[in-house]
Amino acid sequence: MKQTNRRIIQLFHVHKRYGAKTALIDITLNVEKNSFWFVSGPSGAGKSTLLKLLYLGETLSEGQVLVDGMNLARISRSRAPILRRKLGIVFQDYKLIPTKTVFENIALVLEARGMPPRYIRKKVNSVLRIVGMEDRKKSFPPSLSGGEQQKAAVARAVVGDPKILLADEPTGSLDADSAETIFKLLKQFHQRGATVLLATHDRELIKKTKENVLWLQHGRMAAGPRL
Amino acid sequence: MIALFFKKTFQDLTNNRFLHSITVVTISLSVLIVSSFALFFTNAGLLLDAWKKGIRVLVYLQADTDEAARLDLNFHLKNLEGVVETRFIARETALAALKTELKDQDAVFENLKENPLPDTYDVRIRPEMSEMQNIARLAQAIAGLPHVADVEYGQHWIGRFSNVVQIFRFAGYAMGGLFVLATLFIVANTIRLVVYSRQDEVDIMRLIGATERFIRAPFYIESVILGAGGGVIGVLILWGAYRLVLTRFETGLADGFRIGFLPPAAVAAIIAGSMLVGWIGCYLSLKQFAKT
Repeated sequence: MKQTNRRIIQLFHVHKRYGAKTALIDITLNVEKNSFWFVSGPSGAGKSTLLKLLYLGETLSEGQVLVDGMNLARISRSRAPILRRKLGIVFQDYKLIPTKTVFENIALVLEARGMPPRYIRKKVNSVLRIVGMEDRKKSFPPSLSGGEQQKAAVARAVVGDPKILLADEPTGSLDADSAETIFKLLKQFHQRGATVLLATHDRELIKKTKENVLWLQHGRMAAGPRL
Repeated sequence: MIALFFKKTFQDLTNNRFLHSITVVTISLSVLIVSSFALFFTNAGLLLDAWKKGIRVLVYLQADTDEAARLDLNFHLKNLEGVVETRFIARETALAALKTELKDQDAVFENLKENPLPDTYDVRIRPEMSEMQNIARLAQAIAGLPHVADVEYGQHWIGRFSNVVQIFRFAGYAMGGLFVLATLFIVANTIRLVVYSRQDEVDIMRLIGATERFIRAPFYIESVILGAGGGVIGVLILWGAYRLVLTRFETGLADGFRIGFLPPAAVAAIIAGSMLVGWIGCYLSLKQFAKT
C-alpha cells in the first residue's frame, strides 16, 4: 500500500496506435513521487507519444494510465484542465504565445486558475528570478534566443507548482550551453519536489547522471528501467 | 476573473481593429435596415390610427328629402350607437365650400346649370369605434335608414392603405429575418477568423490547464460588444436620418399626427437583439472548436 501511494504515474500495458501504425506497444511503468526519469530512444521510438498520453495530448488505444490517481482512460474532457494543472509541460518548440510578453505568458497559467493579480505578480517574478529571466520579462518571445525562450517556457511550466514536470525534448533546438542550463533548471525543480520525466535522445546527458531511464525502441521498452 | 475577461476582450478588439470594424459596420447596416422598417411600421400604424380617429361618415340624402324627413333622419342618426354628433350641410353650403376650395378652377363651375351636390349629414363617431369593422357596421346601419342615398367613410382608401401596410409589414418581417440571419453568419465568421488566428494561443491555454469557460468567455464578450456597437451605430444613423429628412414630410398627413422616432423600448429591444445575434453567432462558431 505504501509503495502504491508513492507512485505518481502508472502505466499498465499501454498501447497507442495511429491507424495501422503502432507508436507504443505494451508499456508498463511505475514512476514514484519525486523521481527523475529520462525517456530515451531514437527518433520515432515513441518518446513524445508517451508524454502526450500523460497530458491527454493523445488518447490511449489500449491499457491504463494513472496520473496522480486520475485514470486517464475514464477522464471526461471537462476534467482535462484538472489533470493539466497537476502538470508542467516544456516543449521542444517552447510554445510561447508570441503576442504576449514573457511575463504575460507565465502569468497566464495563474490567471487561468483565478489567482489574484498581486499573487500572480509576486509568483511570476519569483520564478523569473530562479530561471534568470527577470530582466527580459517585458520582452516578446520572437526577440529572445532559443535558450531564453526555453527558460521562459520552463518558468511557465513551474509557476503553478506542479507535481509533475514533463519535458519533451526541451534541449533539442538548443546549443550545448543552453541545453546544460535548461537541464540544471529541471534538476533544480526536481530537487524542490517535482517528479520529472524528460524525453531526450541525448545519450551524453543521460550518461552524466544516474537517473532512471526508460529506453524505447520501435514503441517498445527496449530494456528494463534503470532504477 | 470577469475583469480579466474584459481586459482580454479589449486587447483582442484592439489587436484586430480592422476585422472588428468591418463586422460592426456590417451589423450596423443590418440594424439600420431592420429598424428603418420598424420605424416605417410604427409611424404607419400611428398614421392609420390618426386617420381612423378623424374618420367622418358622410351621409348623402336623397334628392326628394323634405325638412320633416331630414329631421327624422337626424334623430335616427343621433340614436345610433357610436355617433357623437351630426352636422347638416345643405347642398348650397357644400357647393359654396367647393367653389372656395377650387377657386383657381372657376371654369369648372361656369357651365354648371344646377347644383349636383346632395344635402349631407357629417356624422362624427366616438374614437373607440374607429376600427374599420365598427365603422362598416355603422355605415350599413345608416344606409338602411330612409332617405339615405349613399354613405361614404373613406372605406376604399383607408382599407387599401391598411392592406398595403400589412403587405409591407410581412415583407418587413421576412427581410428583417433575412438580415438577422446574415448578421448571425457574419458575426460567426468573424469570431471563426479571430479564433483561427489565435488557434495556437487557444491550444496553449488548454495545455496549461485553462478551462473552456476561461478560453471562450472573452470571445462571447467580444461578440456581444460587437453586436451592441453595431446596434447603437445603426440606431444612431437612423435617428440622424429621421432628424434630417423625415420631419420635413409630416405636416398635413393627419390631424394630431407627428412622425415619431422609435419608442425607447423598441430601441432597447433592437440593441438587445443585436447583442443576442452577436452571442448566437459566437456560439455557432465556437461549437466546432469544442470538438478539437
